[in-house]
Amino acid sequence: MNGRPDSLVAPEERRVVLEVEDVSHYFGSLRAVHDFDLTLHHGELVGLIGPNGAGKTTVFNLLTGVYQPSEGSIRFSGVELVGLPSYEIIQMGIARTFQNIRLFANLTVLDNVRIAYHPYAGYTVVDSLLHTRRFREKETELTERAQELLSIFNLASRQDEIAGGLPYGLQRRLEIARALAAQPRLLVLDEPAAGMNPQEVDQLMELIHFIRERFDLTVLLVEHRMRLVMSICEWITVMDFGEVIARGVPAEVRSNQQVVEAYLGRQN
Amino acid sequence: MERSLRGDSGGALLRRGNGIALRRRNGIILNRISQGVFALLGLFVLFVLARAAWERPSLFVSQVLNGLQLGFIYALIALGYTMIYGIVKLINFAHGEVFMIGSFTSFYTIATLRLHEWPMWIFSGIGQQLSVIVGTVTVIMVSMVMCAGLAVVMERFAYRPLRNKPRIAALITAVGVSFFLQYYGALPFAYTSNYITYPRAFDVEVYRAGTVAMPVVVAMWILFAVSVIAYVVLRIRGRQGSLRAKTLIRHPLLSFGLQFGGFLAVILTLVSVEISTGGQVWDLTASNVTLIIMSASIVLQVVLQWVVGSTRLGKAMRASAYDKAAARLMGINVDTVVAATFAIGGGLAGAAGVLYATAYRQVHHLMGIIPGLKAFVAAVVGGIGSIPGAFVGSLIMGQTEVLTAGFISTPMRDAIAFSLLIIVLLVWPQGIFGEPPAEKV
Amino acid sequence: MVSRLRKSAAGFIVTALVVFVVVQILLTTGTLNNFWRGIIFWGAAITMVTLGLNLIYGFNGQFSLGQYGFYAIGAYGAADVTWRWTNGRDPSGLVVVIFGCLLALGLYILLARFLRGFNRVTVMTQFTFYLGATIVAFWIAVQFLVPVLGPVTVTLLEAFPAALTRQVVFFAALVGGAALAGIASFLFGIPVLELGSDYFGIATLGFTIIVKVLLDNTDTVLPFPEMKGARGMIGIPQWTTWPWVFFSLLMVVIVMRNLLHSSIGRTIVSVREDERAAELVGINVVNAKIFAFVIGSVFAGLAGGIRAHDLAFLHPQSFNFVQSFNPLIIVVLGGLGSITGTVVTGFGWILLLEGVLRLALPQGFETWRFVIYPLVLLLMMLLRPEGLFGGYEIPYLRQKLPAPFKPRVADADTAAQPTSHVPVPAVSHGGADSSHEVAA
Repeated sequence: MNGRPDSLVAPEERRVVLEVEDVSHYFGSLRAVHDFDLTLHHGELVGLIGPNGAGKTTVFNLLTGVYQPSEGSIRFSGVELVGLPSYEIIQMGIARTFQNIRLFANLTVLDNVRIAYHPYAGYTVVDSLLHTRRFREKETELTERAQELLSIFNLASRQDEIAGGLPYGLQRRLEIARALAAQPRLLVLDEPAAGMNPQEVDQLMELIHFIRERFDLTVLLVEHRMRLVMSICEWITVMDFGEVIARGVPAEVRSNQQVVEAYLGRQN
Repeated sequence: MERSLRGDSGGALLRRGNGIALRRRNGIILNRISQGVFALLGLFVLFVLARAAWERPSLFVSQVLNGLQLGFIYALIALGYTMIYGIVKLINFAHGEVFMIGSFTSFYTIATLRLHEWPMWIFSGIGQQLSVIVGTVTVIMVSMVMCAGLAVVMERFAYRPLRNKPRIAALITAVGVSFFLQYYGALPFAYTSNYITYPRAFDVEVYRAGTVAMPVVVAMWILFAVSVIAYVVLRIRGRQGSLRAKTLIRHPLLSFGLQFGGFLAVILTLVSVEISTGGQVWDLTASNVTLIIMSASIVLQVVLQWVVGSTRLGKAMRASAYDKAAARLMGINVDTVVAATFAIGGGLAGAAGVLYATAYRQVHHLMGIIPGLKAFVAAVVGGIGSIPGAFVGSLIMGQTEVLTAGFISTPMRDAIAFSLLIIVLLVWPQGIFGEPPAEKV
Repeated sequence: MVSRLRKSAAGFIVTALVVFVVVQILLTTGTLNNFWRGIIFWGAAITMVTLGLNLIYGFNGQFSLGQYGFYAIGAYGAADVTWRWTNGRDPSGLVVVIFGCLLALGLYILLARFLRGFNRVTVMTQFTFYLGATIVAFWIAVQFLVPVLGPVTVTLLEAFPAALTRQVVFFAALVGGAALAGIASFLFGIPVLELGSDYFGIATLGFTIIVKVLLDNTDTVLPFPEMKGARGMIGIPQWTTWPWVFFSLLMVVIVMRNLLHSSIGRTIVSVREDERAAELVGINVVNAKIFAFVIGSVFAGLAGGIRAHDLAFLHPQSFNFVQSFNPLIIVVLGGLGSITGTVVTGFGWILLLEGVLRLALPQGFETWRFVIYPLVLLLMMLLRPEGLFGGYEIPYLRQKLPAPFKPRVADADTAAQPTSHVPVPAVSHGGADSSHEVAA
């Protein structure tokens, strides 16, 4: 396996966005992830599934520099990510959301998004100390962009509300908006449907499709809801006990005996 | 706003990526250089100390003994800090004041109540020595109970109401309680703001060559040897997979034997054997104060280890420290556990107060601040939340302080003691025995 | 929107100027005697120190007890410069502080560039290198710049009229003291800001103690005999005047306000809210922390210079770490994250406790003070933990709320078509929030 299902012919016209090769990670002597491979091409929507404790979130944390892999390499657009601090990885174009929402709960909705625009603010410390003309121009521009993004997410009218006070579904949406404000090319979503009712999950599916087109993204998605994963992902990687046990398009995965045993079988 | 929201996400970003990452060289070389610099500084300090040890070995060894004594006192305070921090994540700034109250309690029990002589009043025929021992233990117990009570009251009325508020509220409150206790003591009807000479509960005896009974020394060595052998045997059996050995190796008696036997055997031997180098007799001495401090500290620490490691309360404590909500769901009364933790910590600080006052013969209403802070630093150095860490950190702290004062720079003693914190945290960010915080992302 | 902002700014500046003029008149006419003059200046100094702490702790969430250490560094640094100048026109203090700091700053920038080219540089390495750069910078300043630039500086300054020279030297001393505090906080911040907030608190407390010990030994361990160690430094010129005090404070307030209302300010606050989340939206958390810490310490250093040249006497005991709880108490009473609260409480604290109560209450109250304060603090924590002012700000200091979003007409075809919005019927949260988009 080279990080893609064998059955899928690599789309030649599409750039490789992310290449994860032989990544392993240990917590002490516990092997959380072992020889993990993943190759994402531009514009793909890929799911990462597996039972609880399979190491999915650890993979996300390795991708975003929260943990440093014990072995292996992660390349994003050809640039090695291993050894880089999280914020640089994010600035290079990987953005993520969290399993349990981590907004800046006491700040306004607008500020949540504006914070993520910081690397692109375009003014210096001196500008912000003196509130120069440049500062005012750039700040206005930044605010407008943030507002534009919020309006895309139907959050514009709530821009002055405190983020922690939003209803749950909107907090999820705001978190995605904030991730997009960091201007990613790869968006990694950690269980975006957690805690949502079926109706909200439907909306979320549409949302993910929509932002992928709108922002020209590659999306990697960890999810428990089979319905969500099976219906929107182009292909799926299945993990169990830190190892990849299957890859393929949803139909293949669904019929894979190992997967059924490890995961789906328990649901039957 | 170099990149626009839509469209051209590719090109500009890649340039940015190249700028950030591609031209990176491996920083390990630089890290080696800085480690080298630190190592050189460390070697220099060692060199200064070694030279001092070479020139005046007897002075050096006696300073090390002083450092041990101080370290053992710090250990008692640090244990309280580390336990309380472990369980409620609060730097209990007022812990140093509990220590101070311990000193003052013992001062009053000795000077006013004369409780250290009580066996003599009741059983007039009792031997002088036995009376002193029982009396001293009584004084320590009274202080411990008093301080435990104080800590519990503090927890109940100052910290508990704030437990669900932001952590800073409790921290500020701790600062407030600390100030209150300090300056309440300065009021004319309390302790006044003068230094008060402390009457010891027992007379100082100085042991030197010839005054130590040989059988005692031998007994200590035997205790130590037996403990070491037991430890090694259990270790090997444990490696081979014996569960019983793995449990027994954590037995409090074993660690008591190791520590008590080890420290006392070495010290008593040093004192009782006449060593002379270069025609100079070392003439090392150790007072009973030092020995009592060490013994009391070791005993209390072993008891604490037993409580935390092997009792229901200890299990409840560890569970609460790990996850309060889950502990509550398991039927643990977390409030009681926290109160018990404060009581234990307060009791240990009270004992430390008595020992400190006995050793340095002075009590003062601000005496708790600096030892309290140093003990906290010691707990952090050892790795906060870890009981052996607090112990080891305190011994390091005691040595640093005394050796700095003795051989490097006397006025800088406090400065270097606190620099230790920064230096250690640079090398071991979690302290020596600390575990990295498990963060859920 | 613009007019609203301008109005609040104008109101603020007019009020400030009125306060300035009134106090100046009262001081000139002698209505406020020297005692009250001292109290007001002291209040201003404490307020600046506390504003620094509010930036570090209230806005950036790093629990610091180190403010008095930086206050002391600023005070002693500035005092040494003017002391040397007034005692025999010795420019060495001036040259070392100003050019040494500039040199250090330059080296820091070069070093930062250099270190950015490496992967996996540890905190220890950064600390060692920056410390090395600082030592090199000040060594060069002492060894080479003083002999070369010293005479030039004297000639230049002597060319001015004496009154102006004095103000220039004082200005340089204040800047130098603040810069020294900034450099110290930068070096200290590198290793300790990586730690969690509690460790940081205890480390900064340790820093205050270290500074105090160093000040006790300025004449024995450190090579500054004029500071006279634990006996206290005397002979500092009393140059602080109301305009210096007022405009320093005003500058601190405006700098802080401008900073907080910018993108950098938002990153500072985001670190307080959730460090990990901030890092994972692309914020360099360590930089944000160091930045806030340095700026806050610079404020404290500036306040130290002001205070030193008002008291004309410095004693290490007044920078004891027990004192360093004062700013903490003020900031908590005033409200974490409120500039207004800090200013009002800072002045109120000194005016009330050092001024009014000292005059009003009998002698014996001295000993009761520290018994009463903690009790007030405890009650405060129980009853109103968010502080007297909570998050209140006067209009000028308040974060300007941006206008509701109106898509630009030019972009309308690409950006703001209702059809391109997320197709969310917003069932779960009612239709309230879609009304706006419909209007667009």
